[in-house]
Amino acid sequence: MTTGVRWTGRSLRRFEDPALVRGLGRFVADVADQHRGTLHAAFVRSPVPAGEIRSIEAPPGAPVLTAASFGGIRTMCARLDRPDFVALETPVLASDAVRHPGEPVALVVAGSRAEAEDLAEQVVVDIEATRPVLDAAAATDPAAPTVHAGLDMPMGNNVVLDARFATEGLDAAFEEADEIVALDIRAHRQNALPIEARGAVAAHDPATGRTTLTAANQMPHMLRTALADILDIGEAELRVVTPEVGGAFGQKMCVPREYVALVAAARLLGATIAWIEDRSENLLASWHSRDHSYRLRGAFDRRGMLLGLDADIVCNIGAYSNYPVTFGVEPLMAMAELPGPYRLSQYRVRSRAVTTNMCPIAPYRGVSRPVLTLAMERLMDTAARRLDLDPVEIRRANLVREFPYAMPTGLPVDPGSYVETLDAAVEALDLEGFRRRQQQAAAEGRYVGVGFSVFGERTGYGTPAFAARAMEITPGYETVQLEMNPSGDVTARIGASPHGQGLATALSQLLADELGVEPRHVSVVHGDTDTTPYGWGTFASRSMVIAGGAAKLAAERLAAQLREIAAHQLEASPEDIRLEDGSAVVAGTSVGVTLPEIARIAHHSSHLLPAPMEPGLSVSATYDPGGTFSNACHAAVVEVDPDTGHVHLERFVVIADAGLEVNPMIVEGQIHGGVTQGIANALYEELVTDDDGNLLTASLMDFLPPTACEVPQIEVTHLQTITDASITGAKGVGEGGAIGAPAAVLNAISDALSPLGIEVDEMPATPARVRELIRRAQPTTTGGRT
Amino acid sequence: MKPAAFEYHAPRTVEEALSLLHEHQDEAKVLAGGQSLVPAMNFRLARPAVLVDIAHVPDLDRIEATDPGGVTIGARVRHLDLEHNTIAGPLGSLIASTGRWVGHYPIRVRGTFGGSLAHADPAAEWCALACALDAEVHCRSASSERTVGAGDFFEQMAFTTCLEPDELLVGVRLPRLSDSCGVGMAEFARRWGDFAIVLAVTAVERDGDSITGARIALGGVAGGPVRALNAEAVLNGGPATAETVAAAAAAAADEVDPTGDIHGSADYRRDLVRTMVTRALDQALA
Repeated sequence: MTTGVRWTGRSLRRFEDPALVRGLGRFVADVADQHRGTLHAAFVRSPVPAGEIRSIEAPPGAPVLTAASFGGIRTMCARLDRPDFVALETPVLASDAVRHPGEPVALVVAGSRAEAEDLAEQVVVDIEATRPVLDAAAATDPAAPTVHAGLDMPMGNNVVLDARFATEGLDAAFEEADEIVALDIRAHRQNALPIEARGAVAAHDPATGRTTLTAANQMPHMLRTALADILDIGEAELRVVTPEVGGAFGQKMCVPREYVALVAAARLLGATIAWIEDRSENLLASWHSRDHSYRLRGAFDRRGMLLGLDADIVCNIGAYSNYPVTFGVEPLMAMAELPGPYRLSQYRVRSRAVTTNMCPIAPYRGVSRPVLTLAMERLMDTAARRLDLDPVEIRRANLVREFPYAMPTGLPVDPGSYVETLDAAVEALDLEGFRRRQQQAAAEGRYVGVGFSVFGERTGYGTPAFAARAMEITPGYETVQLEMNPSGDVTARIGASPHGQGLATALSQLLADELGVEPRHVSVVHGDTDTTPYGWGTFASRSMVIAGGAAKLAAERLAAQLREIAAHQLEASPEDIRLEDGSAVVAGTSVGVTLPEIARIAHHSSHLLPAPMEPGLSVSATYDPGGTFSNACHAAVVEVDPDTGHVHLERFVVIADAGLEVNPMIVEGQIHGGVTQGIANALYEELVTDDDGNLLTASLMDFLPPTACEVPQIEVTHLQTITDASITGAKGVGEGGAIGAPAAVLNAISDALSPLGIEVDEMPATPARVRELIRRAQPTTTGGRT
Repeated sequence: MKPAAFEYHAPRTVEEALSLLHEHQDEAKVLAGGQSLVPAMNFRLARPAVLVDIAHVPDLDRIEATDPGGVTIGARVRHLDLEHNTIAGPLGSLIASTGRWVGHYPIRVRGTFGGSLAHADPAAEWCALACALDAEVHCRSASSERTVGAGDFFEQMAFTTCLEPDELLVGVRLPRLSDSCGVGMAEFARRWGDFAIVLAVTAVERDGDSITGARIALGGVAGGPVRALNAEAVLNGGPATAETVAAAAAAAADEVDPTGDIHGSADYRRDLVRTMVTRALDQALA
C-alpha cells in the first residue's frame, strides 16, 4: 500500500458489477418469485382515450378490485403555489371518466401473471367513448373537448400552466436587429424505456400491520410519504425498499397509480401481491416524455451577436399531473434555462402546459433541456447560415466567458468551459480536414455534415432551486449517516437511491480519501426507508453533488472524531493527526494508531475516550447546495443517404466538463448512455398515436431504440472546471449526454443537406421525414444510385 | 404479455406431426423456431390451443441438392445455416446475401426458413426470395401431399398462405440459377435487423449485354411478396445499362400499390421501391 494514495479521480471498477454481470442482482421480479404464495396482479385498462365509465362487470366471485373496493382513498394531487397553475387530481383507479388510453380502471389478482391476464380479459368495462383531444395546440381551442370537465380553466381551454417572463428592452432589440431568425421546433413524444419496466411487490404483514413495498423506484422516501398521504395511514406502517433497478431515467421517479393500488390491495386482502409491468403497458401507460413545440425568434446583428430571444413554448403534458414534481417541471425548466450558455440580455418567453387525452408526462433524462438545447443550437446554426458565418464562430462570439454569469431570468451560472469545450471539439474533429472531405464528398454527390451542440447542464439542484418553482413538496437536500463499526469498516447510509449509476463505488472513493481507508472498507446502504435517512432519491443528476457533498461533510465530522481519539491516545494535538492508509498518525512521524484500534476504543473501551465524547463512531450531515452547471460540447458527423433519408452516424465526439470526476470511467459510462438516448431522441424513438388516440407503437417492433449497430463509438474527452458551487468540486453528469446529442445530430443533418437548403427542426428525424424534406427541396430527384 | 393457455406437443416424426395437425385442425399451430409466433402469442394476437413443435422432427433440417442444380430446403433449416450455405453459384450467393438481412443473430440462430414462409410476413426476406425464384413449396397432410408454386402459396393478405390447417410445409425447392446469372438484394429498414420497409430481390440472366430473363420480387409493398412484372418486362430484351435499370425501377415504383404505416407512408414506400430496385439491379448487373 502506498502512502497518501488518493482514490478520487481513479477509474475503479464498480463494486456493483460483479453481482450484476453474474446474474446475481436481485430485481423486483426476483423478489416476487422469492415470496411463497405471491399473488400476481394485472390491470384492466381503458381501451379509449376519453369516455364515461358506465359499468364494470367481472365474473362472479373473481378477485377484481375497482375504485369502489378502495372506498376512501384520496386522489393524487401535487401542486405548485403559483397563480398561473391549475392543479389536476388523479384518481388511483378511474371510476367515472377515463382520460387517456391505458388508464387503469380495475386490478385483478391471480396465482400467476398469465392467469391474471386471463381474468383481466373477462372483465367487461362499459365505456361511452367521447371525442378525445390529443394535440396540445388543438386542445387550447375553446371548441375542443375539455379533458377535466368541470375544472375552472381561467387561462384557456385545457391550459394548466401559462408562465411568462419578459425583459424591458426586448422589442427594441428586435428593432435594432440586422437579421431575425424564426424557427419552429418540434420534439415528438418518447418513452424513457428503462430495460426493466416498472414493477412492485406489496407485502402486508398482519402480525405488525406494516406493508412493505419493494419497488422499481428512484425516490423511496418520497414514495412512502405519498402512499401514506394518499391511503391516509401512518408513515410508520409502511416500508419502501428499492432492490436493483434496471434503469429508470426519470420514469421511476414519480408515484405510479399502480403502486398505490397495489399497496391498497395488499392491505385489503392481507396478501403479498406483485405487479410486473410488461413492455406494452410500459409503452402505453407508464409515463411519456417530451412532446414539446417551440416557436422561436432570435434577433441578431450582422456579426452574429444574439440581441434578443422571443419564445413561445407549448408542452403537451397528457391527461394528469405526475406526483410530486408536477407537469410544471417541463414548461418551467424550458422557460428558465432556454438561453443556455449564450450571453443574452433581452428575453421574452411564454411557456404553457396543456392537458390532453394522452398518457401523462414525467421527467425523462434531460427533462426540457434536450429540446431547449435543440432549439438554441438550431437557432445558432440557422442564423450562421443566414449571416454567412461559421457555426463555430457564431458560437464563440456569443458563448459566456466571464463568471459568475446570470441568465436573463436571474439564474446564476458558475464557472464552466463553454468556449474551451467547443475549441476542443473542433480540434478533435479536425474540422478543417473534415470540411475538405465534405467538399470532395459533395463533388461525388454525397451528403456529409457536421453539427455542434454547446450547452450547460444544471445539476445538483438544492432546495432553493426547487423552491423557486413554488413546489408544495420541495426536494433538494441530502443526508448521509456515517458510522465506523468496531472492526474499522465504514458504513454510509444515504437518502439518495442509486439504480445503476455506480454511486456506491464513487462515494466509497470519496469517503476513502476523507477517512484514510481503502474504498473496499466502505459500504453504502441505500434504497430502504427503514435503514436510511430521509432523502430525495436519485434524479436530476444530483447524487454525486448532493449526497457526495453530504458524505464529505459527514466524513469531516467522523475524521475529526477519529483524530481527537487518536490525539488523546498518542498525546498529540488533533491538528497534527493525519488519517491515511488505515491509520491515524502524527504528521511527520511514524507514530500512530490504526483506525480499527480507534474503533475498538470508541465502541468497546469508551471509558478511554476523551471527555465528554460519547461512545461509538456515528455522525450525520446534510448538504443542500444552490446548484451548479456542468457543461459540454457535442459534435456529430453524419452522412445522409439522399435516396432513402437514412442518416448514418460516422462519429460522435463529446468534450465534457463535469468538474471533479470522482470516477472518470463512471462519468464516461453516463455520457455513453446519455448520448445513446439522445441519438434515440434525434433519429429513432417516437410514440405514435392514430387520430383516435390508439398507440401504434406499443411494442419494440415499432418503438425503436437504437442498438449497438446504430450507435458509433462515442469519443469522450474530459475537462474539469472546479467551482465552489459544489463542496466536492463534482458537478452532475447524468443527463448531459441526452441533452446535447439531439442538437448535434440535427445540426449535422442540416449541414449535410445545406446544398439543398434544408433545415431539420423536427425530431426524431426519421428517414421518411428526411426524405420528404429532400423531395420537397429537389422535386426532380429520381432516387436510385448513391 | 403472457400467452393464453395452450397444449404443447413435440412430435418425433413427420407422420406424428401430421397426425396432430389432423386431430386439432384450426386449434393447432406449428412451432418452427418461434421467432414470430411466440411474440404473437405473448401479445395474445395468436391464441393457438395446441402447439406442434417440429424442432425434433428429423430430416426437416437439411439443405439438399436436387436435379438439375436446384436445392431443397427443409422446413426447419435455420436462417443462419442459409446465411452460411455451401450451395454453389449465384443461387448460393443470393441465399447468403438475403439471409444476412433476416433479423438479428439470435433470431437467425433459432428462426427457420419454413417458419418464415408459413408465417408469410409481407416484409420477410425469404418470402420475397421464394417469390423471385418461383420456389416450389412442398406441403403434406396426413392424407395428401402437394407442391405449390410460390406465386400461389402466398395469398395477397398479410400472414396468409394457402396452407390448410392440417398441412405442414415440409420443404421448399429453389431452382438452379445459371452460372452467369446476376443476383442482387437490397433492403431498407430503420435499424439493422428490423423487418424491411421495402426490399427487392433480383436475379437477372444475360446474353452478353442483353438481358434475357429478369426476376424482381418486392417485400413491404403489399399483403405478400410480389413480383414487379412490368419492371421485368422493361428489362427483358433490353440492354444492361443504367438507363434500362432506371426505367425498370420507375416501372416498379409505378406498378406497386403499397399501404402506409408508421414507418413509411405509401408514397415513401413507392419512392423506396425505385431506390431498392435500382440498387438490387445494380448488384445483379455489376
